[in-house]
Amino acid sequence: MTIRFTNDHEWIKLDGDIATVGITDYAQQALGDVVFVEVPEAGRHLTKGKDAAVVESVKAASEVYAPVDGTVVEGNVALADEPSLVNTDPEGAGWFFKMKIKDMAHFEALLDEAAYKSFIAGL
Amino acid sequence: MGDTSLLRTPLYDLHVELGAKMVPFAGYDMPVQYPLGVLKEHLHTREKAGLFDVSHMGQVRLRGADIDTVIKALEALVPGDIAALAPGRIRYTMFTNDQAGILDDLMVTRFEDHLYVVINAGCKAEDLAHLKAGLPAGIEIEYLGDDAGLLALQGPAAATVMARLLPEAATMGFMSARTATIQGIPVQISRSGYTGEDGYEISVGAADAEKLARLLLAEPEVAAIGLGARDSLRLEAGLCLYGHDIDTGTNPVEAALTWTISKRRRTEGGFPGAAIVQAQLAAGPARKRVGIQPEGKAPAREHTEIQDLDGNRIGEITSGGFGPTAGGPVAMGYVTAASAAVGTRVQLIVRGKAMPATVAALPFAPHRYFKG
Repeated sequence: MTIRFTNDHEWIKLDGDIATVGITDYAQQALGDVVFVEVPEAGRHLTKGKDAAVVESVKAASEVYAPVDGTVVEGNVALADEPSLVNTDPEGAGWFFKMKIKDMAHFEALLDEAAYKSFIAGL
Repeated sequence: MGDTSLLRTPLYDLHVELGAKMVPFAGYDMPVQYPLGVLKEHLHTREKAGLFDVSHMGQVRLRGADIDTVIKALEALVPGDIAALAPGRIRYTMFTNDQAGILDDLMVTRFEDHLYVVINAGCKAEDLAHLKAGLPAGIEIEYLGDDAGLLALQGPAAATVMARLLPEAATMGFMSARTATIQGIPVQISRSGYTGEDGYEISVGAADAEKLARLLLAEPEVAAIGLGARDSLRLEAGLCLYGHDIDTGTNPVEAALTWTISKRRRTEGGFPGAAIVQAQLAAGPARKRVGIQPEGKAPAREHTEIQDLDGNRIGEITSGGFGPTAGGPVAMGYVTAASAAVGTRVQLIVRGKAMPATVAALPFAPHRYFKG
């Protein structure tokens, strides 16, 4: 399984041709207690850099952007009842949505784990 | 670390030691949350007791030839009934302008020989200039500035905790104040706060502030609480935040603060914008601050548009978020008078989508002030 990251603190895990997207541990820590998540529905077309989901902490609402172009195959319905999964297991049960990637070259071009680690180390 | 252009309260080092996340607020470097996090800090305050640093707020003493002169002078700037205050009693009121717009909201304590006023951090400079310009010569304005800290201990366990340090605190009435000594530290303590809970606000010399804070934090029920939870607590309690729920564009009648204006002051007027307040009291305001209960789980934030069920814009949210005690989204905002009745169904436009909501009674979390 290959993983990539964005400067917006999302992770994208590839399994076959389906990518699972969520926000990183760094992002959930910065957000604080997550109280609401809105995930996209299956079939929705996403454009890289455009709104894909919404995550709200006690204090503020933040947009989650599509890391690459593609089509949503599933949103994580568990987050509707248990948004705190984003805090407790951001890179596991707290995933946001799964998508079919349009162009794999866009996925490959994202940050790898080492590059993301050095990116957040510089923040 | 730390922005050197920001002011620091006497508790700055303690906040950093406690692991607080510091953010700029009204020119101060303030703790928005501690490692506990906003949600748990909020719930801790409602269940036990929270200690807040509110030293950024402005503390002012007003003196004059005699107390009646000072009271009369301040009443010319606020609609509150200051003359009705017995010594040691506190009242919530606001500075109004000639259009009855709210310049700031404040707490006024009447002592034997002077008035003590607490104003918002973000309004300090304007308020002090307003007092200087609006009070007659002969009224002395003493701004305590950085010489004083202000702590708030809030929550159902606040009285038990405070009684261990100051037994007489247990029987203090709600909205009363006195001077006292806590383990050698001279303080001015009031039974008041801005969370909807029982509690105290303690004015203390800057040099003693940290010592007092540590004494309180050493009590098992007490946790340090940041500005994040302070905001969600006051929102659930239906209390206004200046610059959001009230400002120069809103007057006390629209803001549903008429309970702060006594019959005498309504009749006599004699404060800036009195004619407008009187007219709106008689005819009813065109719009009103109300509670808004979103039906879904999505919080509706400040500036969210409120529509009637036909899609007409009827107002906007002025404070909104997640209420940890309410267990879901809570909000308040202004709506037209026709839609202001509790139970009125409205819709909120959140990210372009209409979300069902209802005009709700405030507060969302019942006030639990001391009634003994």
